[in-house]
This record gives sequence, structure tokens and C-alpha cells, in this order.
Amino acid sequence: MVLTIRNVTKCYPGQTEETAVLRGVSLDLAAGSSLALTGESGSGKSTLLHLAGALDQFDSGEIEIAGTRLSGLSDSQRAALRRNDVSLVFQQFNLIPSLDTGKNIALHARLGGTWDEGWGMRLTDRLGLSGLLERYPEQLSGGQQQRVAIARALAVRPRLLLADEPTGNLDEAASAAVMELMLDLVRESGTALFLVTHSAAIAQLLDRRLHLHHGMAK
Amino acid sequence: MTAAAFLAILSHWRRHPLQLATLIAGLALAAGLWSAVQAINAEARASYARAAEQLGTAGVARLIPESGTISVARYASLRRSGWQLAPVLEGVIRFERQNFDIMGVDLLQHPLAPALTKAAEAEAVSPLEALLPPGRIFAHPETAVHLAASQNVHPVTETEALPPGVALADLSLASRLLRRPDSLSYLLVLPDQAQGLKPLSDLAPGLTLVPASTAASETARLTDSFHLNLTAFGLLSFAVGLFIVQGTIALSLEQRRGMIRTLRSLGVPMRLVSGLIAAELAFLALAAGIAGLAGGYLVAAVLLPGVNATLAGLYGAPVDGSLSLRPGWVLSGLAMTLGGTFLAGAQSLFALWRMPLLAAPATHARGQNARRSHLAGAVCGVASIAGGVLILTMFQGLISGFAFLGALMLGAALLLPLLISTGLSLGARLAKRPFAEWLWADTRAQLPGMSLALMALLLALAANIGVGTMVSSFRLTFTGWLDQRLFAEVYVTTASDVQGTELARWLDAQGIKALSRRYHDTRFKGAPLRIYGFEDDTAYRSNWPLLDALPDVWDQAVSGQAVLVNEQLARRHGLAPGDRFELEPGWQLPIAGVYSDYGNPHGQAMVSMPSLLEHAPDIPNRQFGLRVASHDISGLINSIREEFDIPRKNITDQATAKARSLAVFDRTFVITAALNLLTLGVAGFALLTSLLTLWNQRLPQLAPVWAMGLTRRQLASAEILRSLILAAFTAVLALPLGLVLAWALLSVINVEAFGWKLPMYLFPLDWLRLFLLALLAAVIAAALPARRLSRIDPAELLRVFTNER
Repeated sequence: MVLTIRNVTKCYPGQTEETAVLRGVSLDLAAGSSLALTGESGSGKSTLLHLAGALDQFDSGEIEIAGTRLSGLSDSQRAALRRNDVSLVFQQFNLIPSLDTGKNIALHARLGGTWDEGWGMRLTDRLGLSGLLERYPEQLSGGQQQRVAIARALAVRPRLLLADEPTGNLDEAASAAVMELMLDLVRESGTALFLVTHSAAIAQLLDRRLHLHHGMAK
Repeated sequence: MTAAAFLAILSHWRRHPLQLATLIAGLALAAGLWSAVQAINAEARASYARAAEQLGTAGVARLIPESGTISVARYASLRRSGWQLAPVLEGVIRFERQNFDIMGVDLLQHPLAPALTKAAEAEAVSPLEALLPPGRIFAHPETAVHLAASQNVHPVTETEALPPGVALADLSLASRLLRRPDSLSYLLVLPDQAQGLKPLSDLAPGLTLVPASTAASETARLTDSFHLNLTAFGLLSFAVGLFIVQGTIALSLEQRRGMIRTLRSLGVPMRLVSGLIAAELAFLALAAGIAGLAGGYLVAAVLLPGVNATLAGLYGAPVDGSLSLRPGWVLSGLAMTLGGTFLAGAQSLFALWRMPLLAAPATHARGQNARRSHLAGAVCGVASIAGGVLILTMFQGLISGFAFLGALMLGAALLLPLLISTGLSLGARLAKRPFAEWLWADTRAQLPGMSLALMALLLALAANIGVGTMVSSFRLTFTGWLDQRLFAEVYVTTASDVQGTELARWLDAQGIKALSRRYHDTRFKGAPLRIYGFEDDTAYRSNWPLLDALPDVWDQAVSGQAVLVNEQLARRHGLAPGDRFELEPGWQLPIAGVYSDYGNPHGQAMVSMPSLLEHAPDIPNRQFGLRVASHDISGLINSIREEFDIPRKNITDQATAKARSLAVFDRTFVITAALNLLTLGVAGFALLTSLLTLWNQRLPQLAPVWAMGLTRRQLASAEILRSLILAAFTAVLALPLGLVLAWALLSVINVEAFGWKLPMYLFPLDWLRLFLLALLAAVIAAALPARRLSRIDPAELLRVFTNER
């Protein structure tokens, strides 16, 4: 399994066990498979995604990424895991405004020392970014920025790709096109995809679906 | 509606207390340092005015001689023609080892006569006693104590009517003490004159009438340049403080764009919104101004003794110590703060005024915007520098010198963002590792938000380098000059002329060469002129610091056929070797050489001793420079003390004399060092505040990199590295600017201010020290944001990614 979440609980300050944002959530995700996480606002979707990305700490339970247990990892060990095994795509794209498109795409893979020029070129070709490599994020449209964010995430060849409403800022047509591309590339690279979405249509495109309600998986 | 809108606008500060503190601190700092300097200037100027008032010379026209002095016969003739004139003889007398400014006046006629009579009567002394031998001296109680302690021939009457440091006596006594019979320094033209008198220009063609309006005290005139220097420093600190304010106002308005848009959508007119923001700024400016004035008052109180030491060291101008709270100072300080606030906020307020109703919240200038803004700034910078150079080449004087410096500093500050941006691009191109690539690019992206603070740092560092180079060059020159001027091994001052003659005889018998040091005080074009007599000695020929001279300078001077003048006299009156110089009426000599003289701001001339004694036979003979082998110095000092009962303090060896002079020199620049340090402190604070105000905007840029696998500790290190890179670039660019500043101070400002031009020396170790200091300031400024970043809760970083933000 690339991702294993077992009985994970998470409370934010001021919350009790009953009102915790996550209450005993468990799931598994194998290499090359995809899982859509749905749920209403405030149900804990993003929190679960962040925990799965080793971005935040949980209170109880356990999470394993590619066989590495997250509990007890130091800050730098978590950072190393994010550098090498996990990639993230966010709704806000979160590109680095000071770097051009080419450098944005390569940054994560180069930080982890896994940058592969050939794979990078293939990604940019597939995502239609070849002519935009010298442009800065502010010079790109929303759809183009989202494709750059996907290219950056996949350039790492991560074991686990986490995506939080990756097409939330795009219109329906662009959203469908981007999703199709992302799923193709995920299959091609054998990456496990864990995606948070409000959209039932997008969730239908993935292998499995999990619904969160008041912090519990249904 | 107004109250509700105002409350909404003010609510911004509740959410951004640090920003509010920064704005108030920036304004208070700007106002504080400016007010401190103004308080010091006002105090000193009031002191000069008080002294002039107390000496009865304020607001009274004067008749001054073109050169030399006015004879008593000339004065009498003018009086006979009906003019009401009051004669004054000024000079310096020495009792024991202490100098006193003495002013000889006609006690019956001088404007101060009633006050002096009252003082004499208070001591149950007949006022007439002052006119009879041995003569009475009047002085401020502070000075009277020293006068009474250093001599017991002339009784001293204390009077508050006189300023400290001045001894006033009847003309006859002053003439005797100064050994200048039949000579008057100038004549006061009393206000009440009879009608129909023959004009003074006809009666006294050799005398110049200086109207009351321009007859400022000599001290005030001499120290004008010093106060202008202080004002320039105050203005620099004010400008550096305003950089902080500008940045904070811009950020606060930018962050409130959304709120303003909402208010306008709800029907609040833009005019009202702008008015409310202006009112908010005015209120904050007044509050900060009051805090700044309080701080400025304290700083002034701390610095005033240093300023007094400087004024005494440079000009011999005593400023009596305490600081008083003047309404004019308070009002001008508040007005300056208010004006500065609106000046700093003008651009942002204008942008706000023009903002369309549906404008989106502004994003930071990046990419094309930033490049355009850097280019525009650079064009303005080049224009400013060119304007400064034009002013310098077209006009002369202190004001044009300072205008050049102002334009140069402003121009360099405007050029800074483009230069740093270019450097950062180069760094990014050379970077090999992804972390370094990101760091360079991110640093460049931060430049628009940091550039004002960096400009402030540039100005502070350049001022430090410039002023530091000037002071160090001056010190080095001064030390070399001391070596040349103080060539005798031992300096002796005897208690009297009789003792002086005995000492000279005794030294001659011992086979020790004694060079006597005698002088005669007179005036040239209304200003004091001291004429020294020198005895022919190889030491003069080999040591004297000549700047410009005819080939046979010493032969001509020794033979009494020529005079040497000091640099300030030559510069002030455009004199050069070969020109003729009138030392006194009927005593003209060609100038054979010009020598450097950093000991005083006044004119000085040197003639051969016989030539001097021929024109002023009765001058004191109490000071001697002795030539002796270095191993005999202490033995000789002991022998002289045993033989002549001369106090230890009246015999000084060369090393001690030099050390004393250097101590005075160092004390003179205490105020400069203090202001330098304060300006650098303000610049460091500007750096800190801009980093803190940028803090909230940083997280969206840092969170993605953190998510990609950089630790918070690495991000914190990057913050410090970024601050270091920017400070290092700024410090490197401050060096050439500082050196140009130093050149301008040494070659333009000093010449106008003191009358001497100094060679410029370079001090790379000082630059290194300052460079490290700038880096330290950068680390300290970045330490707080870096610490916050290293300990930041991941949840705070994650908020950047969450959709429900």
C-alpha cells in the first residue's frame, strides 16, 4: 500500500473528542489506484489530505506512506518524505510567483534530486505547456497555472499524489480536460491519487470514492 | 454614516497592532531625531543671541576697520563730529593657564552701563572705581570664580547681565591687559543720533558700516555651518524615518482596499473615505509627534553636552548648558511630523483617491510592474544626481554643497532597486542548486516591499562611510599636522613676562634652544586676526605644514619681507602666494606661503619676530617651545620647575600636548558619531519593520515550498539569508556613494564651513567593520520573523492551502 490511514483522529484547539474534525478515519490506497474524498464544507476533507501529506500532526491512530509510519517522525524526516514521495496540487495552484514556468515545474523534483529532463519535457508536452516555459505565473491563465501545478507535482514521480479541489477554480470544460490529463498521467506513472472534491462528476472519474461526514468516513 | 465608516476604517488597526506600532514608531523616530537636532540648534542660537544681547551688541550697527584696528584719535574725531559711538576693544587674555575673552568698553557710554552700575552698587562698590587703577572686571558669576582664582590684581564684580566666558572691563584696563594701547576693535553706532550729521561714509572712508540687521554675533556667523551640518543630519534621520512611515501607510491602505471597496458599495462617498483616512493619519501623526518630541527632548538633553564640547572645540563658542522647552520648537516639530506623514502617504492616498469602485484588492507589483517601477525610479535617480552636479558646478557656497549632497543621496536611493534587482538576477543566473535558485528569485520578488527600508539603509550606511571617512581623514591629517606644528620637545608657559625673560636667559645659559611664541591680536575685514612672530629655525623650514608657497618662502619671511597666512584666511579672502596682504593699516607685506591650520576657525598670519615686535613692541613673551634631545625631556622639565617654580600644568612635553589636542579633536566629533549611530539604528529599525509588515504576505509564498519538502528551519534560514543578501548588496552600493559623500564633505562642505580643504584617505578596515555591522543589523532585523517562521504552527501554513480560508 502506498497510503494506509488507520483510525486517525484530529482535534483542533477548542474541539472535544465528539466535535473533533476527524474521528477514527481509516483508508488504504494502492499504487496506481485513485480515491476521491467528498463531503460537505467543514467535514474534514482538507485536514485528512494534509495529514496524508505529512503536513500536519494527528492526535491518535496511524498513517503510513510507502511503509513509513508518520507518528514519531521529526520535522526534517517529514520534510524528506514530502520531498521524495508525496506531491500536492492545490485549488489555489500555489505556484512560486518569482520563478518562471519551467523552473516552477522542475522545482519540487530538483529539491528532491529526482528531476528527469526527459520526463519533464514529456509532461510539459502532454499538458500543453511547452510554449509557456519562460512565462511567470502572473502571465498565465488559471487553467494554465493549474496545469503547471499538476506538472510540478508529477515531475517528482511521486508515490502519492494529493490533490485538493484541483479544478475548483476552472470552468466545467477546462476542469474535465485537466482531470482527464491528470488521470492519464497518474496511470502512466503508477502514482496513487488521493483527491478531494466537491464535484460528484469528478469523483465518478476515480477508482474509489469515500464520503466524509462530521469527521467520519462513510 | 461618518462615525460608522470611521469605526470600520479604524478597525484595521485592531487586526494589525504591529503595523500600528510600526507606523507610530517610525513617525516618532523621524520626529524625535529631527526635533532633537532642532532643539540643540535652537538652544545654541538662543545662547549666541543671549550673549550678544547681554554684551549690548545685539541690534546695534557697527563701524569696523578694513584691516587692523581703529585708533582712539579716529574715534575721538568721529565723536567730535557729533556721532554717538561706543568703542569696543576685544581680545583674549591669559591668566595662569586659562584664556578669557575680554571686552573693553567705555563704561559710561556702553549700552550695558546701567546694568554694570547696578552690579557694582550691589557689592557696595562705587561704579567709578572701575575706571580707576587697578581697574575692575565684570563677569558672569561662573566666569568670575575662575577670574578671581587665576589673578588677584583686579577685583571682579559678579553680574548676571553678562554671558559666561566673557570678562568686561573699562577700555583703559582692557588696553593694558591686552597690551594694545590706542586701538579699538570696532565702534557701536548707538541708536539715538542727532539729525543732520555728516554721513559716516564721508567721515570715515576706511571704516565699513555694518547694519544692525547683518551684524550678527561672530559666534553665530562662525557656527552657522555647524548648525547647517546638524540640520542636514536631522533631515537625513527624518527622511530615513519617513521611509518606514511610507511603507507602513502604503501597506495599511493596500490591505484596506477591500474594505474601502465595500464601504463605497454601501454608499459611502470616496470624498468621505479619503477625508476619514486623512483624519486618521493626522491623528496618528499628532500622537506620534508628541511621543517623538518627548523622545527628541531627551535625546537633545543627552547630546547637548557633546554639542557644547564640539562648539567649544571648533569655534570657542560656549553654549550654556540647560535645555528649555520652546513653544516654537513644539509647534514646528508637530507641523513637521504632520507634513512628513502626508508627504509619506501622498502617493498611497492619491492612488486610493483614483481607485475605481470595482477595483480588485491590489496584488504586489511583480514582474513587469516591478521592472517598470525600478526603471522609472532609476530615471528619476539619474535626473536627481545630474541636477545635484549641475547645482554644484553652477553655484558656490554651503547651501549649494548641501543641495548637491541631498540630490546625490536621493538619486542614489532611487537607483538602488534597479541596481539590486540586476544583481539579484545575476545571482539567480549563476545559481546551480534549486534552493539557491528559489532563494535568489524569491529575494528579487521581495524587493518592491523591501526597497524603502533598503534605501534607508543605503542612506544611513553611506552617511556613515562619508562622515566616517571625513572624520578619519581629518584625524589623520590633524595628527600629521600636529607632528609638523608641535615640533618642539617641550612647551612652557611662564606666569609673567619677567619670568619669561629669566627663563629665556637661563635656557640660553644651558645651551638649550628656546623658540618664543608671541602674538598680536588685530582684525582683518571685521574678523579676528592673530599675527604670530616666529624665530628663524631649521625646524620651521623642515616641518611647517605649507600648502602653497613661493620658492624662497622662508628666506623672505625671515627677512621680514613677506608674511605667511593660514589656509582659512587665504580661502576666505581669496589670497594666494604673491598677493599683498594688509596686516594693519600701513603694514602691507606680500604673501610668501599658505599653511594648514586646523586648530581654530580664525584667520592667522606669521611674520618674523623682529618684524612683529617692530609693529607691536609690547606683546607678552610667556610661551616657549624648547628644542632638546628626547632623553633629556624629563630632566629638563624637572630642572625648569625647580628653578622657576612653574606649575606642572604649565610645562608640557610634546607627547602630552599632542595627546591633549587629539582628545579635544575626538571630543569634537562625539556628536557626529552619536548621530551616525542613531541614523544607522533607525535604518535597522526600518529593515525590521518592513520584514514584519511583509510577514503576512510571506506565508503564501513560503507555504508551497514548505509543502515541497523544505523544513521550517530551512525556511527560517532562508529568511535570514535573504535579509543578508539584500543588506550586503546595499552595503556594497553604499560604499561608492559614501566615498562621493566624503569627497563632498572634505572638498566642498568643509571648505565652506571651516575654511580648510582636507586630503581624503581611504579606510578599508572601517568599511569592513561597517559592512559587518550592516550584516549584523540585517540578521537582527530578520531574526524575529525567522524565529517566528521556525516555530510556526503547520496549521498556519496550511491555512494558505485551504479553500475555506
